Amino acid sequence: IPENLYKDISTEKIREVVIGKGEKAIKIGGENILPFYFFEGSMGNEIKIAMEILDVKPEEWPQSLAKYFSDVFHDPALWAKKCVEVYKAEAICLYLQGTDPNYLDLDVNHAKEVVKKVRDAIEVPLIIWGSGNSEKDVEILKEVAELIGERGAVIGPVLDTNYRTLGAIAMGYNLPIIASTPIDVNLAKQLNILLENMGVPLDKIIIDPSIGALGYGIEYAYSVMERIRIAALYYKDTALQSPFVCAIGREVWGTKEVQLPTDEIFGDQEGRGILMEAITAVVLALAGGNLLIMRHPKAIELCKSFFNILSMS
Amino acid sequence: MALTGIQILKYLPKTNCKECGFSTCMAFAMKVASGQAEIDACPYIDPKIKEEIAEALAPPIRKVELGGGNYVYFLGGESVLFRHDKRFENPPLIGTLISTNMKDEEISRRIGLYKKLQWERVGTILRLDTLFLQDEGSEERFIEIVKKVRNELPWVALVLASSDVGTLKKAIEICNNFKPLIYGANSQNFEDFANFSLSTKVPLTIIGESLDEVCSLSEKAFKKGLKELVLDPGSQVLRELFEDLVIIRKSAIKSRFKLLGFPVITFPYRYTDSDLLEILIASMIICKYGSIIILSDLKPEALFNLLIERMNIYTDPQKPMVVEEGIYPINGPDENSLVAITCNFALTYFIVSGEIEASRVPTWLLIKDTDGLSVLTAWAAGKFGADTIAPFVKKCGIEEKVKHRNLIIPGYLAGIKGELEDELPDWKIIVGPREASGIPSFFKKFYEE
Ligand code: B12
Ligand code: SF4
Repeated sequence: IPENLYKDISTEKIREVVIGKGEKAIKIGGENILPFYFFEGSMGNEIKIAMEILDVKPEEWPQSLAKYFSDVFHDPALWAKKCVEVYKAEAICLYLQGTDPNYLDLDVNHAKEVVKKVRDAIEVPLIIWGSGNSEKDVEILKEVAELIGERGAVIGPVLDTNYRTLGAIAMGYNLPIIASTPIDVNLAKQLNILLENMGVPLDKIIIDPSIGALGYGIEYAYSVMERIRIAALYYKDTALQSPFVCAIGREVWGTKEVQLPTDEIFGDQEGRGILMEAITAVVLALAGGNLLIMRHPKAIELCKSFFNILSMS
Repeated sequence: MALTGIQILKYLPKTNCKECGFSTCMAFAMKVASGQAEIDACPYIDPKIKEEIAEALAPPIRKVELGGGNYVYFLGGESVLFRHDKRFENPPLIGTLISTNMKDEEISRRIGLYKKLQWERVGTILRLDTLFLQDEGSEERFIEIVKKVRNELPWVALVLASSDVGTLKKAIEICNNFKPLIYGANSQNFEDFANFSLSTKVPLTIIGESLDEVCSLSEKAFKKGLKELVLDPGSQVLRELFEDLVIIRKSAIKSRFKLLGFPVITFPYRYTDSDLLEILIASMIICKYGSIIILSDLKPEALFNLLIERMNIYTDPQKPMVVEEGIYPINGPDENSLVAITCNFALTYFIVSGEIEASRVPTWLLIKDTDGLSVLTAWAAGKFGADTIAPFVKKCGIEEKVKHRNLIIPGYLAGIKGELEDELPDWKIIVGPREASGIPSFFKKFYEE
């Protein structure tokens, strides 16, 4: 069959963003095709998966997930180390959940201490993800950035309400940032433009489209990501030519389905959670996800082999 | 669409006789053009022209019908590459296979699972809807299995696979008016299978070893007048399967390339030995254009996830699923029972009402119309703040149903408590848990107090 019946070659490309520094640094983005449309071009860099750890002991993780880490829950540094050494994580996302004013409201000193310990325990690239509270994140990330400046770690989420301060901090230390908007093409574009206007280079921006888990609004994220990617590659919308990060673990492992016990109808509890996380990851990777943040070691392993065989000719 | 109402009108007699059920030929033509009426409904058009019109109006991925009676399924009928362009129409059928080589116990186990594995989600029943029956050269056993399956699983659409047309003929007779899919015609047996499908009017799978071979077979099928086709592109490795699925869909939709404008049947287990990877492959096929997915076995935890994914991807992006505004009694409430409020997004309603049911606490659940937006989305969109909740609580009639004035609001709305108390001075506002999973313990405790 003639190629012109189906081929759409893009002249554009998603920007490559480097996370971390030195040997262990990883690159995301760089594709000029929709995910895995190899017959039209190249994926640039492979999809990367970062393992998520918390600054505090998780309270609501089901046993089927917690059992892999409960021996290190008390110490984020050991936890990070375990992810790298045992589960071969290529990046770590430290989620500062404990600093959330609506949760434990832990202070800057707590955050600094945890970040320092984790930083020193591992060499792989780091992503520091604040609580999502606009003001508190400014307070925390301002101080934290200094600790990780040398490491080229990613900080976020940068929102339309705090982008000025966080953007300036990131520029100061030359850090990549996560630009977070609620599942909306125009809001994502607008935030990127605002950041660019204040001098943040576009190759330092990763878009967080705010995703939902399988069964919890995933279809909205799926379509918004597809639309952003199509605008970036086929309508030359340069402000949208950034890679995507998807915070999958926290959405999946907070749902009811991963908590339901094993039974005949809903099947094995752990297998159900693993597949829910892995399928969420696959669906969002097909929509353009470049950096996936996940929790369960088996779901991660599974996704890696899936992306691998899907890329093998 | 390829034809406008005006173009269709040219072929109509313009007598406005109303036999089609519309008041004028013009009205009818418009409905046909928008896909809301069938051209067949007008008895006064030359059959040849009818066919041409039907052809021009057909979606680029042709619609193939399986089953019958209460259980009709459509494959294909798709007209977009991305769900946000309009919507995906007909969700892929998902099931497993049964072969004549399997032991009786294994066959019964599989049939048992079809009956047992059903889940309710946002008001819809999720269950398996297809079964691939493989004849390994023992006609008698095959027929026996077909009978058993038709008897025990009347809703399940069948794919009948055999290399013997004679066997298939008998099997189809058993199915009576319940249309199965035949699997299938390849380049060796093409003539026999094509003639068979033509005479029985049963849809046929075309099995190629490459897209080129599929095209040459579907071209031959076209020449014979066969239109109800399903494709098996015979992809060898996963990457090829993905590319084949995308190329088939793109060439049909972008270029209206007819030879590939058909639904596709897939077998994820062909590409891996791992049952978990098989499920991820199936999840990819749901997003990327498969119409039938045959799995090697049935694992509840895997199917549950896949069926939810299918529901998510195939919801209409223009219409979130909603429930009606109003007062919903749960667990037989009376004048002393709890009152709680949430939005009318179907997903939220089903999660919240499910948890309240599980708590066994008698409750009046108020559902406020938020245009199908979730709690926080609706709040952010200005549809679920104190200014809209207060008038709703006053006018909905709950004040006549209960003696007390305690209203439980979702934990995520904690920020509007004060404002809501100002707007509803008679009411005490209680902030519930954030996640619905916290409802049972919270409601029990509060009810006891
Ligand atoms: C999918 C989604 C959308 C979809 C809409 C989906 C829908 N039908 O509502 C779309 C893309 C349209 C959308 C749009 C917007 N969204 Co939106 N969206 C989401 C997302 C990803 C998931 C929402 C969801 O479906 N949740 C699942 C349902 C079941 O949750 P729920 O209704 O809250 O119910 C739970 C609890 O609240 C609780 N509960 C519910 N009722 C009750 C009742 C009682 C009594 C109790 C005790 C508990 C309880 O139980 C449920 C299960 O635990 C969230 C982020 C996230 N991951 O959560 C953002 C989010 C809700 N959106 C947000 C925003 C800002 C918007 C927009 C304003 C952005 C814009 N474009 O301008 C628009 C507004 C809509 C508009 N103008 O039309 C923000 C809200 C921020 C905030 N804190 O206020 C969020 C949180 C994203 C973010 N982090 O910024 N969104
Ligand atoms: S049946 Fe045919 S002729 Fe009669 S009104 Fe309808 S379209 Fe016109």
